[in-house]
Amino acid sequence: MLTDDTKKEIEAQIAIYGRREAACIGSMLIAQRHVGWISDETLEDLAKFLGMTVEELDGVATFYNEIYRKPVGRHVILVCDSVVCWIMGYDGVREHLTRRLGIDLGQTTPDGRFTLLPVQCLGACDHAPAMTVDGELYIDLDPEKIDKILEAHT
Amino acid sequence: MERPLTQHIRPGKEPLEIKQYEGAGGYASVRTAVKEMSPGDVIAAVKASNLRGRGGAGFPTGTKWADMPTLDDARRPRFLIADADEMEPGTFKDRFLLEGNPHQLIEGMILAAFSAQTEVAYIFLRPGYAPPQRRLIKAMAEAYDRGYLGKNILGTDFNLEMHLHLSAGRYICGEGVAMIQSLEGKRAIPGPRAPRTSKFGLWGNPTLVNNVETLCNAPHIINHGAEWFKGLSRCKDGGTKIFSVSGKVNRPGAWELPMGTTLREVLEQHAGGMRDGVKFRGVLPGGASTDFLLEEHLDNPMDFDSLGAVGSRLGTAAMIVLDDRTCPVGMVLNLERFFARESCGWCTPCREGIPWTVHILEQIESGNGTPEDLDLLEAQTKLLGPGRTFCALAPGAMEPLQSALKYFRDDFEQHIRMRRCPWR
Repeated sequence: MLTDDTKKEIEAQIAIYGRREAACIGSMLIAQRHVGWISDETLEDLAKFLGMTVEELDGVATFYNEIYRKPVGRHVILVCDSVVCWIMGYDGVREHLTRRLGIDLGQTTPDGRFTLLPVQCLGACDHAPAMTVDGELYIDLDPEKIDKILEAHT
Repeated sequence: MERPLTQHIRPGKEPLEIKQYEGAGGYASVRTAVKEMSPGDVIAAVKASNLRGRGGAGFPTGTKWADMPTLDDARRPRFLIADADEMEPGTFKDRFLLEGNPHQLIEGMILAAFSAQTEVAYIFLRPGYAPPQRRLIKAMAEAYDRGYLGKNILGTDFNLEMHLHLSAGRYICGEGVAMIQSLEGKRAIPGPRAPRTSKFGLWGNPTLVNNVETLCNAPHIINHGAEWFKGLSRCKDGGTKIFSVSGKVNRPGAWELPMGTTLREVLEQHAGGMRDGVKFRGVLPGGASTDFLLEEHLDNPMDFDSLGAVGSRLGTAAMIVLDDRTCPVGMVLNLERFFARESCGWCTPCREGIPWTVHILEQIESGNGTPEDLDLLEAQTKLLGPGRTFCALAPGAMEPLQSALKYFRDDFEQHIRMRRCPWR
């Protein structure tokens, strides 16, 4: 069920486009902020609220990189695997992250703390390698820095 | 040297608040335009300045603005979209401008909206740009508060509503028609034939789409005139350009320099040359979707025509340096994996062809390639080239590949001969 606060936030999104369906991406990002991902139930609620079919909305949901249709952990790590980070040491970053977290890319730690996903260029190429955790950027990554970042996210 | 775009940017510090910005001459161009100029005058000034689009394609900005239908066309509202969907790998120039001086973008957007007579404007922002997002929201609120946005701007009958649209992330959204689809709440698909968005854009209405850096130039053209703007440049395209360098150089970063500055000057004087222990081998001069250039091209000026003449493109002027300790085959494989993942899947050559290209490159990189694979790759660069797909994603993906096959052929052959990657 969408909460009244969520509905209010979505109505504000609708107002900037003047059309309900145009707010669907923003609506999914809003709903996701509270529970982390878009479940089938949330998808149905949103589709109904926006006047779209479930299939239509799922087509949009599955198109975009940062809308999640599977459960994610409390913290989502997006690690850049694009060309500059690759040149500057992405392989080492990935190895360190997967070893530390005990999971592969695309997986969530068993305690539900972290989800690790690869992502396209984060536009921080002057400070590669880079990643974001819950949308906040971390740059010039090395193993020591990564450990500190992970520790700070409980 | 004059640096209009970055003069108020203080890296590491908060951007100017609106009163500080106004005190430094900010929003003067809006006052001039709405009070003393007609929309046609603004377009004429931008046309005369020889400003070309900074998103990568280099289309003359004044011509684009003039292409919007006249007000006899009854469709309302008319829209302006600022493309802040900076997702070309290697590119971070718009982040620099958005973070450093969000008011400059808003000011440029007001000028574009005034010239094209648009009533509604969206800033299409990529995800993962949290500081730009926060700063844009603050700056927009300040601009509304001071009467530069909203109804009856500065007491005139010009109205403009501005909104921030936060994308959920997909490289293809940077394509004009795909961006419009995305704003409409759909999958971002370029469509069967890209119509001119000026004639048929957002919800079918006239829509002007400009890149962030392009829009940021407009206030300076109105304030100082087209002749001054042309004088900033070392070539016939007007203005300065934000050049950036990444890879194993001493000082990766972004700098505002005259359009037409040489590759060597950017690489050596500004990026500080190569790090100790590595040598320069090549560079993608304008982001991931441009052709490699070599040492012999370094004295070439960086502008749209000069880079076109040597078989590459200015693109976003985001220089990505390949050094001698990095495998060119691995680099091209990384690039093609990006394009394969980001393909929208709408048209077959792109959806099927780029993953096939990735597969062949993986075979070569892992030591299982054959000499025939190089012929196959050559064929791919033709089959996925311009005119065979709905949009420019696949042709862009082929640019680094075709030039790597030309300039680093020995490296490909060595992988096949040695049956392994020599860098591993």
